[in-house]
Amino acid sequence: MLCMTRNTAISVAGLHKRYGDNEVLKGVDLEVPEGTVYALLGPNGSGKTTAVNIMTTLLTPDAGEIRVAGYDVQRESDGVRRSIGVTGQFSAIDEFHTGRENLKLMADLNHLDRRRAPAVIDDLLERFELADAAERRAQTYSGGMKRRLDLAMTLIGSPRLIFLDEPTTGLDPRSRRELWQIVREQIADGVTVLLTTQYLDEADQLAHRVGVLDGGRIIAEGSPSQLKSQVPGGHVEVQFNDAVRLAEVAAVLPEATADPESLTLRMANEGVASLRWLLDRLDDDAVAGLTVQSPDLDDVFLALTGHAAQNQEESRDGNDEEKTTEAVR
Amino acid sequence: MSTQTMTRPTTNYVVRDSVTMLRRNLLHWVRYPSLAIMLVAQPIAFLLLFVYVFGGTMGAGLPGVSGGDRSDYLVFITPGILIMAVASVALGTAIEVAMDMTGGIIARFRTMDIAKVSVLTGHVLGAVAKTLLAVAVTLAFAMLLGYRSEAGLVDWLTAFALLVLMAFAMTWLTVGMGLAADSVETASNTPIFLVMLPFLSSGFVPTEEMPWGLRQFAEHQPFTPMIDSLRAVTSGADPGMDLWLALGWCVLIAAIGYLWSRRLFTKVPTK
Repeated sequence: MLCMTRNTAISVAGLHKRYGDNEVLKGVDLEVPEGTVYALLGPNGSGKTTAVNIMTTLLTPDAGEIRVAGYDVQRESDGVRRSIGVTGQFSAIDEFHTGRENLKLMADLNHLDRRRAPAVIDDLLERFELADAAERRAQTYSGGMKRRLDLAMTLIGSPRLIFLDEPTTGLDPRSRRELWQIVREQIADGVTVLLTTQYLDEADQLAHRVGVLDGGRIIAEGSPSQLKSQVPGGHVEVQFNDAVRLAEVAAVLPEATADPESLTLRMANEGVASLRWLLDRLDDDAVAGLTVQSPDLDDVFLALTGHAAQNQEESRDGNDEEKTTEAVR
Repeated sequence: MSTQTMTRPTTNYVVRDSVTMLRRNLLHWVRYPSLAIMLVAQPIAFLLLFVYVFGGTMGAGLPGVSGGDRSDYLVFITPGILIMAVASVALGTAIEVAMDMTGGIIARFRTMDIAKVSVLTGHVLGAVAKTLLAVAVTLAFAMLLGYRSEAGLVDWLTAFALLVLMAFAMTWLTVGMGLAADSVETASNTPIFLVMLPFLSSGFVPTEEMPWGLRQFAEHQPFTPMIDSLRAVTSGADPGMDLWLALGWCVLIAAIGYLWSRRLFTKVPTK
């Protein structure tokens, strides 16, 4: 690493991975400089977890040059493991252990000094607001507490590079904000972070750079504001009373997407003029409601790909999960 | 390059990591005792069944004992029952390993710089400790029913060493079964033959009484020399060749189980 001018924490070039006929990653390239936060943004089944599993040595790639913390993930996997901390998508805590015992387990496995460990554990329990629950079995913890414990277990070895696979999926808004705060503290300490997420706002909150993963490729990369600038106004959603009127309006608005099931019409918000133009085409009695939304992942996807960021095929949705359990064996 | 300055041998931590994992394993037993109770209860249930239901008739039929009774049969089957206790704990290990594999924590261990095999050695060492407990409880129960032994302290130490070795061998095999199983249910089914095999050995009836084909099997399967040497040692007799056969089987089973388990566990999956 000394010979490089700018230290690179993660570099991935030409990463391919297929499961049978299903090519999950079709040539992913990315680079994460030390001390920065990179977010892989994409819907379920886009290959985020597969990419993380390969970078964290849980899975072998079919092709590609992947270096993490200066080590080749296949040839020098021990070096990679020595340098990283991983919080996976699925809770990686011991449910039969208490919060404190879980941290003790990790302190031992990180070969922390035995005299120093109790103070480190107490500090983490305090910082992650788990001190009151420290002597309770992790089984009894709420989703947010489990996630905080999980992250504390990752951080106890003070890794300089951490991977967070969908760290806030399934958490309530308050727990999400708490977790973001913890991640921000790490970032302030100069830790490099690669996180995956389905939420643009999460990438927006945390990341310096965002890669949009779709169908196994990075289709766009840039800072959160660069990405959002592609969809400045977000979108407008119109709720209709009946399907016929919805179809009529959709017919004259080819750039809008209609969903006959929920009776909604959705189109990009391109400013007041376009809003007025839309309103002129709506009858009072046909519309049940109208909302103007700030940009979200769907808007970015629509702008970048021309298709919505729906979970790509039902079968692939469950696949990510299945593959993780596979990888665990 | 940093590779050179930062590399340190992971093997230094095999012992420390194994002890950490052993502690984790034993804590599971404390927190989740129902599995442990079931596994210890199993050999005791067989002991009661065989002594009180079949014992009177079987005792009378024991060769070389004129006018044998229930208490003679208790002495005859105790070694077999002790080995069932070993097999029973080994079966529990397959379940524990499979349960472990379904949880996310194994993925965490795999991304950490720890001695990989320690995840498994923790289970094996834990199983050995539990086997000692199960054997002690079963033996105490047998003594409660009237089991007495003429063997001395050295003989009993030999007997326990043999039981520990058997536990070690059988557990490496069941660790492999737990890893190979695609579900906890499978893991609890595949090792059942370990609990059944002692019935088809010299454990409960002398093999001379069996039909020819079964007798061939019973006399050449691994449990028979294990039970025969344990029976000899616990009655203060010389086990002779059986002891070497039993040791050979244990080493062979342990080696196969270890290599199989290590291969299953350390292989980085491609899918």
